[in-house]
Amino acid sequence: MQLFLMNILLAISWCALTSDATLDNVVVGMIIGFLAMALSPVRKFNDGYFRRLPKVLALIGYFLKELLVSGLRATWEVLAPASHRQPCVVEVPTSYPDDNELLLLSQLLSLTPGTLVVDIDDENKTLYVHSMFVSDGAQFRKELHDGLEKKIREAFE
Amino acid sequence: MIQAILEWALALLIITGSFFGFTAALGLVRMRDIYLRMSTSGKGATLCCGLLLIGVALLFQDTGVTARAVAAILFLLLTVPVGAHMIARAAFRTGTPMWDGESLSSPRKGLPENIDKRGAD
Repeated sequence: MQLFLMNILLAISWCALTSDATLDNVVVGMIIGFLAMALSPVRKFNDGYFRRLPKVLALIGYFLKELLVSGLRATWEVLAPASHRQPCVVEVPTSYPDDNELLLLSQLLSLTPGTLVVDIDDENKTLYVHSMFVSDGAQFRKELHDGLEKKIREAFE
Repeated sequence: MIQAILEWALALLIITGSFFGFTAALGLVRMRDIYLRMSTSGKGATLCCGLLLIGVALLFQDTGVTARAVAAILFLLLTVPVGAHMIARAAFRTGTPMWDGESLSSPRKGLPENIDKRGAD
């Protein structure tokens, strides 16, 4: 987190030095700042930021892909004349030690078209997910476990 | 050349965005129960607004407009799922019937009985 703030500071100084505060220049500044920090000895003391950043980017990419795919599927369900789907509420146990990860998972699940978190059991860390497409609960749990849940854990560890 | 590509990208963004908005509205009419309606309309609206805002940012190519578009998208991503979840949770806890492919039935079908005694708080 500290290193992330430092990265932002480096980006701001880059913008000041090049006297150009457009969005693409901020992004260029972030990248240059990141490379500078990656080359510096900071890395020896605190490696987490450098290890996690690719995972966070992978999570964002994976989520955007899911968003688009299930968006198209939900659109098809709306437009299709006859539907064979059998929506159901699936119980999804999770194994996160931390509430923030649970929050992120339920937030991302609720954002994805076709799935909606209808209730959360705080004590058992269990999500109840209403799913539009899946009638097989076990398969849905497996997909979620190997996909989103794993990627979030990697990004947070 | 770049101008032409930009215009095509803009047109694509705005047309797909509007299309998602249209299907979101259609979903409200066509879906059978509240959970499906929340699913199709809420998320379709996010996609729609997101794509339209990206299109606007591309069109103006101005720092102020881009910053506002990015902020608007971020806040959409933060707030829409919370709203959808709270409405769906209220419906779930009060036992609003759920469409299961053939008929409307209890949303707790197939789940353990003890999952909540908290009622509709």
